[in-house]
Amino acid sequence: MLLDHLAILPIITPMLLGIVLLFARLHENMNSQRVIAICGQAIGLLIAIVLLRTVIMQGPIVYQLGNWQQPYGIALYVDQVSALLVLLTSLVAFCAQIYSCAGDDKQGIFFHPLMMFQVAGICGAFLTADIFNLFVFFEILLMASYSLMIHGGGKNRVLANSHYLFLNLLGSSIFLIALGTIYAAFGTLSYADLLLKAQNIEGTQLLLAQAGIFLLFVVFALKSAMLPLHLWLAKTYSATSAPVAALFAILTKVGLYCLWRIHGVVFGSGTEPLSAPIMEWLSPLALLTIALAVVGILGSKTLRQLASYLIIASVGSLLLIIAQHNAQASAAGFYYLIHSTLAGCAMFLFAGIVVRLRPKAQDRFVSTRALPSAGLLSFIFLVMAIAMIGLPPLSGFIGKALLLKATFGSSWMMTSWALILLSSLVTLIAASRTTSHLFWKASGDAAETDKVHNLELIPLYVIAFLLLCLVVFANDVEGFTQSAAQQLHQFPLPQMLNLKGGQ
Amino acid sequence: MEIWFSVAVGVATACGVFLMLRAHTFTLVLGLTLLSYAVNLFLFASGGLTTDSAAILGDKAINSDPLPQALVLTAIVIGFAMTAFACIQAMRARSESGHDHVDGKEQRDISTKTETP
Repeated sequence: MLLDHLAILPIITPMLLGIVLLFARLHENMNSQRVIAICGQAIGLLIAIVLLRTVIMQGPIVYQLGNWQQPYGIALYVDQVSALLVLLTSLVAFCAQIYSCAGDDKQGIFFHPLMMFQVAGICGAFLTADIFNLFVFFEILLMASYSLMIHGGGKNRVLANSHYLFLNLLGSSIFLIALGTIYAAFGTLSYADLLLKAQNIEGTQLLLAQAGIFLLFVVFALKSAMLPLHLWLAKTYSATSAPVAALFAILTKVGLYCLWRIHGVVFGSGTEPLSAPIMEWLSPLALLTIALAVVGILGSKTLRQLASYLIIASVGSLLLIIAQHNAQASAAGFYYLIHSTLAGCAMFLFAGIVVRLRPKAQDRFVSTRALPSAGLLSFIFLVMAIAMIGLPPLSGFIGKALLLKATFGSSWMMTSWALILLSSLVTLIAASRTTSHLFWKASGDAAETDKVHNLELIPLYVIAFLLLCLVVFANDVEGFTQSAAQQLHQFPLPQMLNLKGGQ
Repeated sequence: MEIWFSVAVGVATACGVFLMLRAHTFTLVLGLTLLSYAVNLFLFASGGLTTDSAAILGDKAINSDPLPQALVLTAIVIGFAMTAFACIQAMRARSESGHDHVDGKEQRDISTKTETP
């Protein structure tokens, strides 16, 4: 009974828990809130694992909301890619939630409910198969992210949030205009129906459709922090609290996933795909994004800024993969996506510990007194740096190797290889600089007052363990990402819904 | 009718974008409001403009497309909530920084301002 509704559980569970957490009794008691929130994230993780297992065993799931049939109803569609991303969201949220219990959730009110709504919005965006529904989930996740962003207050956060908020409100307006244009051209907004109608669209409708698709591209470029629209990311991510920034590591992936699914498959199939003109732009934009991230990594003044630019670098690499537009490349991309999300999340959590232990210098690259338990922290940073740079034995090495293999023989191959390798080298330089400032140049003894909290370390151990698993089971993971990529590019949804082609 | 409708949407969009290019949160919120009006009108027209058409099938020969109306209703509700949030955010930024410039500092201060991390 419950398993019939498995597809919607990743959205409903956090949403209900978020509402429960708002009840006055609970809201006053921090301990019970924490217990419920962590249990809730654990349940979410369990659901995501069951969902992924079901999808692998039985193939993609279609869930008709309210049992309204297509083409009128709205469907949720879960294939291996969306199930994987839901699992990744739950993992990151679980880690961030545990970390927040070390004290970040006490800086303001309603932290835990907001985290729940954020997770519900992200999972919804990954699961839906209708563009308007996607817009609604975008708004849910954005509304939660605005509030999480300024959680704890302070001038820095509020001003950074102003930029983030107004930019995304403008993005939402463009999204709606794109939706209207696409509806006017196709007369439908469901992915399956759009895919079929995109095959034989012509005349003025074609122009309208292309305008709409281009506007949609602008929106997803903003969400994924592609080159001209990346400016908000570093400022926002480095101003907010550590668990929120860690959860935001998955937010750019929402935009990437939409590009992958909508521009890559829904409008990208057939002999003359509608998104072809955009796909031509994607490679150079991706390369410029990586180039900019390289400059940003070298120029960052704080650890959190560095982590933000590392996220932008990984976004650039993934855009390059999307531009390849084939299943082989996508498989490599998914492996790198898992790795870069987890590593990015760990980086922000680590930066959060550093900020807390150095009240004055925070995470700026200046020398101060030694950190308490510097040995342990420097070891953790070493592990994360190895993962980020892409050195063996951690998963970054395999991820980058797969990226290089995927871009082999493409039209931008030389530039892509040069930039991907350059970004690794630059990360190495930045990591050494960080180590020397945080650990080696420290003078005097550690201040006795603050200690590293165990709750802050557990998520980092979990992520390090997962990154190690990604290497040990690399063959299985790659086999899975390959079948996921096949499924993404075949997109069996129209057949599953028994939709006919044509107008 | 189509001409007047499109001119109205165009003017509202242009004014909204113009106001959003200012660097103060007050004009930004005004611009955003205008832009969201324009977007809602645009969305409403995306199913085709008709007058005197029935909302329910079977009453009349011409039927209006119900889907854009449902979309625009959702968009209005979401847009309203977002504008309310933007107002609160603008007020918060105003009280934190002392004025309503989006960067938290006036233009002329930039040259004398010391670098903050």
